[in-house]
Amino acid sequence: MSWTALLALCAISYALKASGPVLAGGRQLGPQVRQTLDLVAVPLLAALILVQTVGDGQNIVLDARVPALGVAAVLVWRRAPFLVVVLAAAATAALLRALA
Amino acid sequence: MPQDDGYRGAMDVAIAKPPSSAVTGAVGIGVAVGVYGISFGVLAVAGGLSPAQACVMSMLVFTGASQFAFVGVIAGGGGALAAMGPAVMLAVRNAAYGLSLTSILPERLRDRALAAHLVIDETTAMARAQSDPGAARRAFLATGVSVWVFWNAGTLVGALLGGGIGDPKSLGLDAMFPAAFLALLAPQLRRPGAPVAAVTGAAIALALVPFAPAGVPIVAALAGVVPGVLAGKGVRG
Repeated sequence: MSWTALLALCAISYALKASGPVLAGGRQLGPQVRQTLDLVAVPLLAALILVQTVGDGQNIVLDARVPALGVAAVLVWRRAPFLVVVLAAAATAALLRALA
Repeated sequence: MPQDDGYRGAMDVAIAKPPSSAVTGAVGIGVAVGVYGISFGVLAVAGGLSPAQACVMSMLVFTGASQFAFVGVIAGGGGALAAMGPAVMLAVRNAAYGLSLTSILPERLRDRALAAHLVIDETTAMARAQSDPGAARRAFLATGVSVWVFWNAGTLVGALLGGGIGDPKSLGLDAMFPAAFLALLAPQLRRPGAPVAAVTGAAIALALVPFAPAGVPIVAALAGVVPGVLAGKGVRG
C-alpha cells in the first residue's frame, strides 16, 4: 500500500472538514443544499453494505456474510449498541464457516 | 480533555436523550469507538496496510467510514486510487457537518483549524443534541478529544494484534464491514428521500460489480442522491 495515496487521503479528509468552519466563516447554507449534502452518505453506505456482503472481486457470491448481515439487521432494528451489532455479525460468519 | 466545570444548564437536564454531562457522554462514546478502532486496526493490517499506515490513517484521516471503505477496497484487491474514490465520497458529508457546526466552533482561526479536524458523525450528533451554543461547544470538544484518543489507541492495539490473529475470514472479520456500515446507515434512513437514495445506490453498485474495477461501483452509487432528493421533495410536497 502506497503512502502517497494515504497522505493524499489525509489532506483531502481534513480539507473537507475544514472547508466550512475555516473558509465559509460562519455563512449558513440554504436548507436545499443542506438536505442534499445530508443525503450524500446514504447511497454510498447502502452500496458499501451490499458490495461487501455479496461482492468478491468482480463476482457476486452468497456466503456466510449474508446471514451475518441478517443478524446485524435484526440487532440494528432492535437498537442494539454498535459494538454488539458488529461483533454478532463476525461471530455469525465465523460460526457458519466453522460448521461448513 | 476539556475541563468539566460541573455546570449543567437547565436545558441539559430538560433533554432526556443526550447524557446529562458532556464528559460522561464523551467518554461513553469514546470507549465504544475504541473497540471499533481495534477492529479497524485488525482489518487494516489484514487488508494490506502496515501498522504504521493504519495508525497514521486513524490520526490524520480520522473519519471511520472513509477509513473502513478505503481498507475494504484495498482488501478486496482494488488499487489505492480505486480506494480513494469511495473514501473521499464518504468524507464529503464532513463538509456538510462542518458547515452546520461553524457557529459553535472556536473563534480564533488557529483553534478553529484544530477543532475542524474533530468534525465527524459522533461530534456532530453530540453537539446537535445540546440546546445552547456553550453546551454544544463543550459537547463537541469533549466528544472529539475522547473519540480521537480512543480511536487511535484502538487502532494501535488492533494493528499490533492484526498479524497474529490468523485468517480474518475464519473469524468472520469480513462480515464486520457491512454490519458496521448498516449500523451507520440505519439512523440516516429517516431523512426524506433517504430510503430511495439507499435502494438506488445499492442497485447501481450491484449492477456494476461484474464490470467495473473495485471501488468504482461505490462511487457510481452516489447517483442515488438524485432520485433521493426528488423523492424527498415529493414527501415534503
